[in-house]
Amino acid sequence: MANNISPVLLFASIIAAAQPLVFAAVGEMITEKSGVLNLGVEGMMIIGAIAGFATAVTTGSPLLGVLAAAIAGAALALVFGFLTQVLLANQVATGLALTMFGLGLAALIGQPFSGVKPPPFPKLDLAVISDLPVVGPLLFNHNLMVYFGLVLVALIWAFLTFTRTGLTLRAVGEDHDAAHALGYNVILIRLTAIAVGGAMAGMGGAYLSLVRVPQWTEGMTAGSGWIALAIVVFGTWRTWRVMLGAYLFGGVTILQLNMQIADITPLWLVVLALFLAAVSVTVRSFRSSAPASPWMIGLWFTTLLAGSIAIRHPVSIPTEYLNMAPYIATILVLVAMSADKLRANINAPASLGRVFHRTG
Amino acid sequence: MISRRTLLAATTAAALSAGAGLAQDDPVKVGFIYVGPIGDFGWSYEHDQGRLAIEEHFGDQVETTYLESVPEGPDAERAIRQLAQAGHDLIFTTSFGYMNPTLKVAEQFPDVKFEHATGFKRLDNVSTYSGRFYEGRTVLGHIAGHMTETNTIGYIASFPIPEVVRGINSAYLAAKEVNPDVEFKIVWVNTWFDPGKEADAANALIEQGADVIMQHTDSPAAMTIAEEKGIYAFGQASDMMEFGPNARLSSIIDNWAPYYIDRTQAVIDGTWESKDTWDGIGPGMTEIGEFSDKIPAEVQASAQEIADKIAAGEMHSFTGPVNKQDGSAWLAEGETADDGTLLGMNFYVEGISGELPQ
Repeated sequence: MANNISPVLLFASIIAAAQPLVFAAVGEMITEKSGVLNLGVEGMMIIGAIAGFATAVTTGSPLLGVLAAAIAGAALALVFGFLTQVLLANQVATGLALTMFGLGLAALIGQPFSGVKPPPFPKLDLAVISDLPVVGPLLFNHNLMVYFGLVLVALIWAFLTFTRTGLTLRAVGEDHDAAHALGYNVILIRLTAIAVGGAMAGMGGAYLSLVRVPQWTEGMTAGSGWIALAIVVFGTWRTWRVMLGAYLFGGVTILQLNMQIADITPLWLVVLALFLAAVSVTVRSFRSSAPASPWMIGLWFTTLLAGSIAIRHPVSIPTEYLNMAPYIATILVLVAMSADKLRANINAPASLGRVFHRTG
Repeated sequence: MISRRTLLAATTAAALSAGAGLAQDDPVKVGFIYVGPIGDFGWSYEHDQGRLAIEEHFGDQVETTYLESVPEGPDAERAIRQLAQAGHDLIFTTSFGYMNPTLKVAEQFPDVKFEHATGFKRLDNVSTYSGRFYEGRTVLGHIAGHMTETNTIGYIASFPIPEVVRGINSAYLAAKEVNPDVEFKIVWVNTWFDPGKEADAANALIEQGADVIMQHTDSPAAMTIAEEKGIYAFGQASDMMEFGPNARLSSIIDNWAPYYIDRTQAVIDGTWESKDTWDGIGPGMTEIGEFSDKIPAEVQASAQEIADKIAAGEMHSFTGPVNKQDGSAWLAEGETADDGTLLGMNFYVEGISGELPQ
């Protein structure tokens, strides 16, 4: 039996599969940082998917496709921006409507593009380096969009952390009235953040239709826009955590598919997670030289118990539990958010989803 | 001012009169519920081709409606009821998960005729119908067994329901017959339609050694990946030729048009009654797509022979000796499986590794 998952290939496919989520989630994070909740990510992604696909097929250039996807995503996002920021429509309802509108419009535009093959997307090919064992396939053999995404995430992090404009954006998201009183144009800043979020969702969609699946089929985003929304919460509105969340949500799917094929029971994964948690708790307690807490002992005990069960009885935990795990984590964050004291701790923008009116 | 109550009463009355006042010269209203988008180029696409065939055949005599991407579950019930309330005379619900919602709505609308695809529960006004896709999978499995060089066939499965399990078993038995070393790697994606996930599943199977991929999900994503990676795959539900000109070996095509026309005619004639239809290669409900010239001539010939024999009733996909996965006896030498067992199939046959999710 060739029951072997190559860890290198596994991680490489996780990176490749999670990329649309990285784009969409980090984009939505920027929008939410400015205090706007745009639930239309799914709609903007699918518009990006078809706009990118159609442009790449017609012009023969996948890069132009990505550009078109970003523009299309931003344009759709600005429809939302106009409705919610200028006409002061309800953000939640408008966002939901945006998704439905996007799905329908994409299906309409996509009619002539079913069964068409898109031009291949350039890969990073550094000859020798790409052929290196382990690091080659892991780091140097991805699609250009993957590296572009990583650079973008780094830039966004730097922008939000170090620049004055980034600070203003966050201020608008925390307290729009105060920002307004200080003379900042709240609506303009929010519209920009909405457009950037839309552009990134659009690029995520283009990655899906040009790289991950390479084809156009109606409804092909299949809910990843909603997952992106969950990832922003999971990542507590911090850039790197959101990116990590995207890899985790995307990775769990890939991992469970691979484990099924290789016929490995996910119980071992639970043992591994428990073990890592126990080690990290122990290391922390050494550093702070606090006495061994009941937590730590309990964790080690559970690890041993799960480990011995896994050895003696090959019980298989249905892979569905694995799929659920990131969502359970998201729910926990949401629960923590509902308690006001914790809200500040988890970094949620204070004005998120609240309507701003200049006279208000 | 119209109050909400009067408005409701008025629409209900209109709906009722539309339903009751069905005279011969009124167009028959036929509704469809699809689980995926009609542009999925697989399952829902082929059902919609059937709908279009009705329109073409009957012209002004019929009026058709469809709702696409309706999730299986409470939403489905709402969608089906909506069609029933809107005065449809005949409603096709085209996914296994619509079974209970269909029955529930059917009880409330005894005058509306329902047709549920791939289910097994009937009422006086609910028929069931399905294709014997497993017959097609016997032919594809035969080809796959010949064509694999790594002896590893990847299978992308949707949900662990008898329909899907039957397909895996029939394909495996046929592949094993011609290639005793063949191994099936099965991955359950728990969705009918998610191109991204289907593509990921195909990639994972290829990484773990599969060089031929079979699928029981609705999009051509796996075909696209197979084309890209230079391995083989089969069209599922529709031909999928354009998605993998080099990868596609053959396909099973669901041809619903004759059945849909037949049943609509029955409603027009007033002869419709509840029945169960399960047609295979013989009556043409399950079609085998053209063989690719990548398949050696002698394999094409033997595959065609199998298809012909099944169509003529001279051969059955499940013919003993066949044991269940746990080694217990199922079919004795020469014995064939009865439809009851096939419809409730919830076990792998001997030789398939891995556990069937329950």
